[in-house]
Amino acid sequence: MIKARITVTLKNGVLDPQGKAIEHALSGLGFDGVGQVRQGKVFDVELAGTDKAKAEADLKAMCDKLLANTVIENYAVEIG
Amino acid sequence: MKSAVVLLPGLNRDRDMIAALTKISGHAPATVWQTDTEIPDVDLIAIPGGFSFGDYLRCGAIAARMPVMRAVAEKAAKGVMVVGVCNGFQILVEAGLLPGALMRNSSLKFVCRQVKLEITNANTMFTRRYQPGQIIRSPVAHHDGNYFADAETLARLEGEGQVVFRYAEGTNPNGSINDIAGIVSDKGNVLGLMPHPENLIEAAHGGSDGRALFEGALGIAA
Repeated sequence: MIKARITVTLKNGVLDPQGKAIEHALSGLGFDGVGQVRQGKVFDVELAGTDKAKAEADLKAMCDKLLANTVIENYAVEIG
Repeated sequence: MKSAVVLLPGLNRDRDMIAALTKISGHAPATVWQTDTEIPDVDLIAIPGGFSFGDYLRCGAIAARMPVMRAVAEKAAKGVMVVGVCNGFQILVEAGLLPGALMRNSSLKFVCRQVKLEITNANTMFTRRYQPGQIIRSPVAHHDGNYFADAETLARLEGEGQVVFRYAEGTNPNGSINDIAGIVSDKGNVLGLMPHPENLIEAAHGGSDGRALFEGALGIAA
């Protein structure tokens, strides 16, 4: 079995009101020096088989077709 | 003129849409379920608002990949009119039938209020019963209506007159870029908008500003 982690983040230049709110909340908790905070999503995916090249291609297709909205989001695939 | 309403689990404005289409056209619309692969021969397909699939992953993301949306895309390609309201708009952008994306409101709050809309293009099937520049009222109720498109897409939408509804008089409720409330596809037969015109169609609603949209689309005399 292959275990993979997909990280989806907002593209640069796309406004992230949730990240902004988190940023303010961190400052409110007294964490000084917090710069920009951008929030995103993590997916841990298990895949049958051992072919890592095929897994990577499949995972990228999953991101393009469903897991990420490539209008506003980037993704990174990491195979464990 | 015949219409159909797409039903998906988690939508909650489907009854409103069915009631509006029935009252305005005099005929109950056909209904199609998420797993249906064929849509009856109709002139207008409406995708109502709500929270399809609990807004999981992204609003409209799961719904957009259901079999019925392939059927909607086929109909749209043949020129059938499609209107998506609120979650319906989110589903249309996720399905790639309209450009851009709908993000979390800039206030991070769910907004439920009445806004004003400017008709920025009255030369579409959906807006032909309005005057260019006319200001109408419409309810909004959403958490993710903050329209975004990259600069190139935005320039194309603005240049081609694909922005048909804009929040007017400082009533932008969600931070939407260029105050965009509703857009049409390049061929003009697919409309997506965050406001709910189906909820302002008769005196009991407190006004009927939304009625002309459906009358225009269905070719019904006012």
